This record gives sequence, C-alpha cells and structure tokens, in this order.
Amino acid sequence: MTVTTTPTTATGGTLSAIEVDGLVKDFTLRHNRSLKELAMAKLRRRPVADTFRALDGVDLHVRQGESLALLGFNGSGKSTLLKLISGVMLPDAGRVGVRGRIAGLIEVGAGFHPDLTGRENVFLNGAILGMDEATIRARFDDIVAFSEIERFIDTEVKFYSSGMFLRLAFAVAVHTDPEVFLIDEILSVGDEPFQRKCLARVEELRAEGRTLVIVSHDLDMVSRLCTRGVLLEGGRIVADDTALRVVARMRGQDPDEAEREHARRQEREAGAGAPPHDDEGPRD
Amino acid sequence: MAAASTTGAASPSAPPLVAPGHGRGLADVLRYRFLLKLLVRKEMRVRYRGSVMGLLWSYVKPGVQFAVFWVAMGWFLRLNDTLENFAIYLFSGVVVINFYSEAFGNATRSVVGNAPLIKKIFLPRELFAVSSGWVAAVHFLPQLVILLVACLAVGWRPSVWQLAGGVLGFVIVGVLAIGLGLLFGAVNVLYRDFENIVDLMLMVATWASPVLYDWQRVAAVVGGPDSLGMTLYQLNPITAAVELFHWCFWYPTTAGESPLPPHLLGTGLLGLAVALALLAIGQAVFRRIEGRFAQEL
Ligand SMILES: Nc1ncnc2c1ncn2[C@@H]1O[C@H](COP(=O)(O)OP(=O)(O)OP(=O)(O)O)[C@@H](O)[C@H]1O
Ligand SMILES: [Mg+2]
Repeated sequence: MTVTTTPTTATGGTLSAIEVDGLVKDFTLRHNRSLKELAMAKLRRRPVADTFRALDGVDLHVRQGESLALLGFNGSGKSTLLKLISGVMLPDAGRVGVRGRIAGLIEVGAGFHPDLTGRENVFLNGAILGMDEATIRARFDDIVAFSEIERFIDTEVKFYSSGMFLRLAFAVAVHTDPEVFLIDEILSVGDEPFQRKCLARVEELRAEGRTLVIVSHDLDMVSRLCTRGVLLEGGRIVADDTALRVVARMRGQDPDEAEREHARRQEREAGAGAPPHDDEGPRD
Repeated sequence: MAAASTTGAASPSAPPLVAPGHGRGLADVLRYRFLLKLLVRKEMRVRYRGSVMGLLWSYVKPGVQFAVFWVAMGWFLRLNDTLENFAIYLFSGVVVINFYSEAFGNATRSVVGNAPLIKKIFLPRELFAVSSGWVAAVHFLPQLVILLVACLAVGWRPSVWQLAGGVLGFVIVGVLAIGLGLLFGAVNVLYRDFENIVDLMLMVATWASPVLYDWQRVAAVVGGPDSLGMTLYQLNPITAAVELFHWCFWYPTTAGESPLPPHLLGTGLLGLAVALALLAIGQAVFRRIEGRFAQEL
C-alpha cells in the first residue's frame, strides 16, 4: 500500500487541522426566475426571494489526526458544512481555516466521464482531486488493484455496472494524499466485501495520522470508526462528545449505558480473540 | 485574507492555517497544467467518440468549406473580379470568426456545463473557460493548415512582419474569447439568459468585422478611412484580428493593389489592449461571482 510521509505526529497532535468559528451560511431561495414571474411578484409586492439559514453560528475545531463523525438528520447542514470547509462554498459570516492539503470527497465519481475509459478516468479524477501526473502513475496499479476491476480498466466507464463504477471512483479517492479528508456519505458504496475493504482503508488513513471528517447515516459504522462525534440540528451544533455517546443520544438511548455496553462487547471480543473490526454485532 | 496563522505552538514544518476557497484565479491555471491537459483531451475524446475518422473530420470540414467558397463565390458569383483571390480573403476571416465563436461560446457554457464538478470539488474554475479556449485552438489548427495550403497554391510570400501580424491576430482573439468567456460564463450561472445573449453577439460578430465584405465599404459609408466612425469600427478587437489575418494570409497572395486598412499596426496593438482590458474585467467579475457558483448551480 502507498504510505506517504505526512508531517504529523502521533494521533491527537496539538495543532488544529480545521478551525471553524462563528460560521453562518445563508441560502437564497429564489421563487421566481423568469421575467414574467419577477414582474408579477413586484406588482403584488411579494418578496422575490427569501433566505434560509443552513448554518447558524457553527464553532468547531478539529485537531490533526482526529477522526470526527458529523452527525445529524437530513437537512441539518452536514454537507453544507463540508462544502464550506473544502472551499466549494464561501461563508456569509465567520471564519474557516484549514491546515494542509484537503480532499473533499463530497461524492464519489465527481468528474468521472462516462465516455472515457476507466484508465483515462483514473487520471482525470486523480488530477481533479489534486494529484500530479507522477503520483497518479506511481499509484495507478494500487488503485486498479484496490478496485479489483483490472479486466475492465480499458473499457469505457459507461459500460460498467454501477458498483464497478463506484469501486473505481472510491479507489481513486482514497489513494489521494491529503492531510485532511472530508468524506460525505461515500462509505456505503459497493458490495459487502468491498465495503469492508473501504472501511479498512479509512482505518489505515486514520492510522497514518490524517484528519478525517466523516458524514454518514450508518451510525454503527461511524461510532466504530470515529473517536469524536458532533451532532448538527438545524444548522447548530447541539452535541460534541465521543462518537459513541452522540450516536446513543441520537437514538434516544442513555449515553452512559451505551458506553458500558460497548466496553462489555469489546471485552467479549478480546476474550474470543476476534479481529478488531470485523462484523461485530448486527449492522443497521 | 489568505492565510491566518494561529496557535503559537505551530512547528516550523506545519503548514499554516489557510482559508479555503480563495484561489488566485488565472494564475492558478498554470499550476493545474496537467489537469488542463486532461480536460482538453477529454473534450477531444468525447467529441469524436465512436468516430472512425476522428480528428480528421476537423480537416475535412474546413476543406470542403474552402472548396465551396472557391467555386461558388469565386467563379459563380464572380467575386474574384472585385477582390483578388476572394476565397482566400473570405476564408482567412472566417477562420478567425470560427475560432472566436467556438472559444467564446464554449467558455460561456463551461461553468454551467461543469456544474456537477464545481458543486463538489474546489478547483480553480477558470480552468474550464481556459480549456474551452484551448479546445477551440486545437480545432483552429486544421483550418489554418487548409488556409496555408490554399495560400501556398496561389503563391503566398509573406514577410516576417506579416507573419507576426497573424500571430498577433490569433493572440487577440484568444485573449478576448477567454476574457469574455469568463465574464459571461460567470453571469450565466446567475441568469441563463446570457447564453442566448452570447449567441446573438456571435451572430453579429461575423458582420461587425470585414469578413464577408472589405473595409472600404464601411469607410465609404461612415465618412472615410480617418473618420471617427471608422475608428470606432476598428476598435473592435475582432475587426483588428480579421484585418491582421487578411494582411498575413490574403494580402501576400495578391498583387498588393488593394489599399491597406488605416493604421493597421496601431489597430492591432489597440485591439490587444482592449482584449487584455476585457480579460482583466472578465477575471474580476468571475472572481466576484465565483463564491456563489456552488450554491446557484
Ligand atoms: N445550494 C443550495 N441552495 C439552497 N438551499 C440549500 C442549498 N444547499 C443546501 N441547501 C439547504 O440547506 C439545508 C442543509 O442541507 P445539507 O445538504 O447541508 O443537509 P445534510 O445535513 O447534508 O442532509 P442529508 O443528511 O440529507 O445529506 C437544507 O435545508 C437544504 O435545503
Ligand atoms: Mg448531505
């Protein structure tokens, strides 16, 4: 596997990787866009647009090497926050600061083109995610091996099954070399064996000391993968604790009870000598 | 507001805290040369997918177009009698307009066209406009080859100055197309009407420059070669580029009896200045609006 030198100390370095202070993001919801509609709205003195506050004063500091689960129900502002951290969107108020290179994996396969072959797409997507030519060449074999679609690498991507497409896209994404990874809902791609491989790869990235911010609705998965959890509700942070406790809170369970339960399970596993993260308990 | 370093504990090797999403505009495109190359290659691949002849088509089309000019305009309409080597005169202007239309039109659409990418990953978005211009330049090449072949066939002997004029014309069109492409590509995100406005502008562009007629007709109407009207007419950088192309390709194939347009060199340099000014304006407007791309698309 390609392990590159990242200037990070052991997990939990004192430096922050991401600093978000007083972040506010408003969206304009335009009801009317055509000239006729605009004129009508003016005549009837109805507002042409109104605004919607998607993030409302978010403060969040993430230390280097930390793995953070960003949790919250649909529409709570998780993706918006990631987009602001990655620079795709700019804040209306407040401040965002990021240390080191950043990869926003808001969606796998952004930038893939169906009419190009797998090989061409690996290069295009790799360059989009910030890799240079030499890096992509050096990692090409790893990427293809990871995706396990060697036979089809010179076939146009439009002929791939959707799972194959996601495999290749994910393989490129996790072979980029940033200090900070923003992962939005992309860990649930592919079939079961591939999912496990993805999780293992994310664990590996974490072990290398990279900073991870993971958005996912798979609460079991994130509570296993992340040390810290932040809960967003209506664009505000309402909880900031260990991932385990925040997940318990989301489920309406007692966080302390959940922690004890987790400790018991770990003890059982340690006794049985089971591998650390391999199908413990029921998923979902 | 690029870098805001904090926490005094920063070790010297640690990168500073940087506000994301603030690129350096066109200067960043240089840093992304490799991606630019891939984007251009992608565009070419997609355009000629499943075609056996591939890029060869971009030689066939202008070739046939030129042959039609030669036969229909030169012989049937007897335009050769009014203007020597009329087909070459016409074609050297038409290639300028073709390059301009493709570069400017596609650059305008490039931002909206790459919406899925712009909404998800931060890149210097100027890349898309520049790659549109680059693709147009790749398509310009075959037309240039056809034009050169035709010129050589009728005894083209240009001077170094004339060749330099041709290069200047090309640069003017490239700079102008990317500048206007940035400007209209950005506002097109807010109001898609601008795509249609640009189509209109391109339609007019063919007639606003001496492509299908010669400059003397304009001069005769607006009050002479040195009138204010003529100066205004020549202020259009495309007019300057077309006149430079005529001077470079068509003029050296003739006996040199047609009078040159007034102040050709000055017009060319002025055209370049206007194009550069529009590039600066386009870049400024683009950067103003860029922050809203992801949420408006
Ligand atoms: N470009 C946009 N224009 C207008 N409103 C937007 C835009 N993007 C997001 N929103 C609004 O902001 C709110 C938060 O959206 P966001 O995508 O961040 O939610 P989320 O937490 O990621 O939800 P999910 O779990 O469904 O992915 C939503 O109400 C959404 O409608
Ligand atoms: Mg989301």
